[in-house]
Order: sequence, then C-alpha cells, then structure tokens
Amino acid sequence: MSDQLIIGGKQINNRLFIGTGKFSSYALMRDALEAAKPDVVTVSLRRVDIGSKTDNILDYIPKNCIVMPNTSGARTADEAVRIARLARVSGSSNWIKIEVIQDNKYLLPDNLETLKATEILVKEGFIVLPYISPDLSMARRLADAGASAVMPLGSPIGSNRGVKTRELIEILVREIKIPVIVDAGLGRPSQACECMEIGCAAVLVNTAIAVSADPVNTAQAFVEGVRAGRRVYLAGITEDENQARASSPLTGFLRDNES
Amino acid sequence: MSYFDIYLKYKDLPFVDIFSALTDYDVESAIESNRQGIKQLLTLISPQAENHLEPMAQKAHVKTLNNFGKTIQLYTPMYLSNYCQNQCAYCGFNSQNDLPRKKLSLKEVEEEAKLISSTGLDHILILTGESPGDSPLSYIKDCIKVLNKYFSSISIEIYALSEDEYAQLIREGIDGLTIYQETYDREIYDRVHKAGPKKDYLFRLDAPERAAEQGIRCINIGALLGLADWRKDIFFTALHAQYLQDKFTEVEMGISIPRLRPHQGHFKVANYINTRNMAQIITALRIFMPRLGIILSTRESSQLRDSLLPLGITRMSAGSSTAVGGRIMGSEDGSNLHQFDISDNRSVDEIKVMLATRGYQPVLKDWMHI
Repeated sequence: MSDQLIIGGKQINNRLFIGTGKFSSYALMRDALEAAKPDVVTVSLRRVDIGSKTDNILDYIPKNCIVMPNTSGARTADEAVRIARLARVSGSSNWIKIEVIQDNKYLLPDNLETLKATEILVKEGFIVLPYISPDLSMARRLADAGASAVMPLGSPIGSNRGVKTRELIEILVREIKIPVIVDAGLGRPSQACECMEIGCAAVLVNTAIAVSADPVNTAQAFVEGVRAGRRVYLAGITEDENQARASSPLTGFLRDNES
Repeated sequence: MSYFDIYLKYKDLPFVDIFSALTDYDVESAIESNRQGIKQLLTLISPQAENHLEPMAQKAHVKTLNNFGKTIQLYTPMYLSNYCQNQCAYCGFNSQNDLPRKKLSLKEVEEEAKLISSTGLDHILILTGESPGDSPLSYIKDCIKVLNKYFSSISIEIYALSEDEYAQLIREGIDGLTIYQETYDREIYDRVHKAGPKKDYLFRLDAPERAAEQGIRCINIGALLGLADWRKDIFFTALHAQYLQDKFTEVEMGISIPRLRPHQGHFKVANYINTRNMAQIITALRIFMPRLGIILSTRESSQLRDSLLPLGITRMSAGSSTAVGGRIMGSEDGSNLHQFDISDNRSVDEIKVMLATRGYQPVLKDWMHI
C-alpha cells in the first residue's frame, strides 16, 4: 500500500510530529522521542543556545529527525523572518514553522502576518509550515505563496481540548492541495486519531506528551492513535447514521402515480 | 485612558463587605469559572478562600503545567549603582541611609557579566538607584552595550522613564521592563516615599504603559507586599496586569510577589504576609490569568521557594547578589552595599539540581537578540 507523505522533498513515515518545549528535562524528552520515533520535531529557536557546549537541546534530538525550528516569540512578520534567518544560521535545517502571535492571552496566531512571513521565507528557500487559525481563504493564499503545508490549530495551545475546529479543518482537508497538519490543542491520542480519520496529513503534539506523568508511553500512545486514524481513513470509514428516518416513505408517490 | 482611571473606579470598593458576604459556594465557583473577572478575582483573594487553598492549588498547578510545561526560567539581577535621590522608607538605598555608595565602571560591568555568564545564566535584570547625575540614561545605555555581548535577554529595573527614553533602551537591546508600583494605595505611597522623583505616583503608574507603547516585549509589575493591605494591593496589581494585557496583547505580562524583608532602614512592616497568604496570592493570580508569568525572587527562603514552585511560579532568580558589584568584590567588601537581604543563597548549579529533582527543566535561554 502506497501512502506517502512528502514534505520539502522528504518522505515522512511517522505522521506524529512532536514539539520539544515543556518537558521536565532534555533527557526525558530524548527518551520520549526515541520511543515515538517521529520524523519531524519542532524546536523553539528562542530556547536554542547555539554556542552552548553543555545542555544544548539539539544534542538530545535523535540524529535522523528533521528539526523544524519555530518562530515562537515573533509578534510580526518581520520578527518571524529574522528568527527564521537566525535558525538557518544555527544549521538545524531550512524547515521553519512560522508562529506569529500578537495575542499572549490565548496564543492564537495572526494569520495576516503569518502570510507575509511565508511569502518572504518561501522566496528565500525555506520549507515553510505556517501555524494558523483554520481559515479557508488564508489557507489558499498560503498554498499559493508556496507553503509546504498548513498547520491549523485544533484548539488553543496547551488547552488539551481536542479538535474543536473540526468543521473548519474538514473544509481545509477537502479544499487545500497541500498537507493539513493539526497543530495545538490535542490532549489525547483519541483526539489525534480523530484528526487522522478526517483526512489530516499529520498532527503535531507537544504539551500532552511533555507534561504527562509518563511521556514515553504517552508519546507511543499518540503514535498508535495517529496510525489507527490514518489506517481507517484510508480504509474508508462508514458515515454516522445519526439522523432519524422519516417513518413513511418520501418517494412512495412515485409508484402510485406511475402511468 | 490610563490604568489610573480603573484604579479610581475600584479604589473605594467596600472590600470588607464584599469579602464577608462570600460563601464557600462562591469560592468553589470562582475556582472553576472559565470567565475570570472582577468578581472571581475578589473571591479568590478573599479571606473566605483561605479555606480552599488545596483545590485552588490543584487548579493553579494544572493551568501552569498546560501553559508553561514543566519548566522554570532562570535569571539573575545585576546592581549597577546604588546612588539614589529617593527616600523610600523600606529600601536600603534610601538617600538618607549611611551606606557606602558605588557605581560600577564599564570594566567592572564586564567582569561581573563574565562571572554571571560562566554560571550558564543568560537572562539578566539590571538595577540602579535613581540618580540622574550618577546613573543617567547614557550610562545605562553603555552598560547595555557591554551586556549584549554576554546575555540573550536584558531587562531593566530602574527608575521610571519617559516614553522616548524607553524607546532608546529598547533600541539598545533591552526586551524586558520590571517596575513595581510598590503600593497602589496613594496615601501609603505618599507616606513611604518621603522625597525624591519617585514620589510621583502617576508617573510611575503609567511607566509600563509607556514602555509598551514603544514595543517592549515583557513587562513585570508588582506591589511590595507588606506596605499596605495585601489583598487590595494584589487586587490592583492583578487588574493592572489585566489592563496592560488587554491593551497590549502582544506583551508577555508577569507579576512579581516580593515580600518586605529586614533591611538597613529599620522599616517596620505593617502588614506581614504569611506563607498561607503567599500560596493564596500565587494560586489566585494563576487562576485569574493563566498565561501570566509569576516570579519569585531570592528574597524568599530556599524551603519556601521550593514549596511554592508548583503552585504557579514560572520564573526564579538564581545566584543573586543585591550589592553593587557583589560578585566581583566578594561577600566581605560587598556586604554593606546591598539593597535588601537575600534568603536563598544557593548557586545557579544548586538551583538547577533542585529543579531537576522536583521534575522541572531549568530554562536558561528563552529569547535572543533578533
């Protein structure tokens, strides 16, 4: 069965992306990553101490992972662009997850600034994955601008509330040609599974794994949830039969009036 | 519109009557409410809520984990100068106090920076007394130029500046502002700030807003707990933080909870804050503003800091000295130059070990010059 996800020319086998903030230690983060074997991990550049000889977060990420820095802390397109350029200099990769947040209460993204940063960074040769509020027009513009995927939020970062934006994400999945990766708000493997069942290409999870009492097992459970959701999406899931049927036939008149 | 308008609106609230009318049910509802407003805040800081500290702590702990993870950001203060024109009754740098005055030369700033940087710390908070002749803006700018070489993030805790002056320092490379109103009670403020430019309550109150207008990234406010009724001061601090967060949504807001400590001026603490009060303050603030930075300094003992940690703390100072040049001079020479006594004298490495033992990752770097 061929079920390939290619982003930025790389084949992604594990559709669970993992974020590296919020873990109680780098060692525990490494254990969780080694157990879950993600192909893509995100790192906040603001946390990377490029010159540090000890305690460099990048040393705790398995070598075969694609390290996707994010622009956490950027309040404008201009700041995101500057952080992305610093990330490239740090040598992690030319992938960048654009986060532009002007709202520190809910950490909801600024889609317009995100688009501006995407336009600039794509031209500079970055593989750009923007974090967005799910919006069809914006997702189309981002795809036209050359984004390699869109990363709509399921619910606010760290909320563990699941795919509250499901209706909007389903529209993106149907309409957008580039991969749709749900980022933020997934608190349980069942919620990650739900994203995959509705056809998302991948999910990104951080808080739920990092702050769990057992990040290693939680990370593996998310892998299984993602795998199950993808599998049943490919198999073709039976639609819910959740509406009552009319008690008498609605087309009975057709027979009665045959002539 | 300034925060002062909001302060005026609420300053004559009948706090005692409001508190005494609260029931256990009100407290339980406030803890669980998804719509945190004035009523919930008043309830959470009320005497009635003291009977609900455990559920408050549980709620605050989960909110902290979900928003900040198992991480604590570390920083350290660096005192540049203790020359001061102000006469703050509670402060060791009070101009009337007979203590040796010192200002670091740029060479000394660099030496101290090297020592701090060698401990792994990457976020620094610079402090001075208020003395335009001895520590003018040009001197602060020169210090920032030196410190930029050693630190990823520089914050200031200095006298209140004009909007243009904040703009100049932001251009120079600072990203954070710490400024305490000390107390929101104007009468007490006037009484304890006997003389000097700091007597201007309004100029200080609006300082964070002026810095925010110029694009400062982080703002940290606070009241010096013990000067006035802490419940009122925490109420007005929290409302101030909310006002700033609503107006400047991009700013990372934080609140410090410094408690008055013994110091050189022999100031008598009128309203002592006990440990239960500290726990209530932290948990109430966390439930009221889930994304708020909450900072606990080395004023507090190591035991208390460790215990309060999981209730909502996100930032701690480490390896602190409150003396000008305290690190390069050693404890003997610097011992009588300090602003207040430190209770937690642990080194940066010891704090890191403590955090690791308690399941927290010490975050040394959380920003950079961009």
